[in-house]
Amino acid sequence: MLTLTHFLILSFLLFLIGVAGVLIRRNILIVLMSLELIFNAVNIVLAAFSYYTGNLNGTIFVVFNITVAAAEVAIGLAILVCVYRRSQTVYVDEMDEMRG
Amino acid sequence: MEQVFFYIFAVVAVASAIAVITARSAVHSAFFLVICLLQVAAVFVLLRFPFLAAVQVFIYVGAVMVLFLFAVMVLDVGRETFGERLHSQSIPAVLTLAVLFVMMGLLMFSGKVTVPGGPYSEAALARNTEIIGRALYTKYIYPFEVVSVLLLIALIGAVALVMRERVKVK
Repeated sequence: MLTLTHFLILSFLLFLIGVAGVLIRRNILIVLMSLELIFNAVNIVLAAFSYYTGNLNGTIFVVFNITVAAAEVAIGLAILVCVYRRSQTVYVDEMDEMRG
Repeated sequence: MEQVFFYIFAVVAVASAIAVITARSAVHSAFFLVICLLQVAAVFVLLRFPFLAAVQVFIYVGAVMVLFLFAVMVLDVGRETFGERLHSQSIPAVLTLAVLFVMMGLLMFSGKVTVPGGPYSEAALARNTEIIGRALYTKYIYPFEVVSVLLLIALIGAVALVMRERVKVK
């Protein structure tokens, strides 16, 4: 029998790996992919709570979440292409043009 | 039986997620991310949400990952050495992650995260796609419209951001 804890632990591990990717990697593409991992961890939690409480509002949140994530990726990658054209780098610690 | 499948999906998801953040080339990361997202879709099926699984496959695996692969192609990032991959702030980051791990682990095993004894019935869950559709178009019609406007803004914004200024030809 699957319990809520199973899904929480899976989502927690995915979240942790995502945060690790955001904090540790320098390549901004990998950082964005790690953000997707975090989004997925959140979606699993929402769906799991929705299933175990018998309330479908969480599922609707997941649908909106996925849509917003798609919009976020489109804008994020567009900004990334702009930044790459200006500074020819994909490393987050080299993108310091706005530092005073 | 369900549990066996859950463990397969969970192990593959976590392993491919680790591969995403450790892979050398961004293309490999993208493909590992595809594997991870497919496992998450399978987890949604285990939770009896076939609609979410389909949305996950269509939008994430279909659209978002294609965008990522295009970005990898446009940006032309090659393989990286180990030192190049890591940020200079890795040590504090790992410490932070360790603290986060301990805190979340304590929360998880304290037994405080529970639900009031799930009163769902298989019969109700069998038609949840219908219920989701009904709710999206009635109770949640306003957020639904806002999200559609958001998608339009994202579309126009992405095009406007990457459009080069046309060189004026006389």
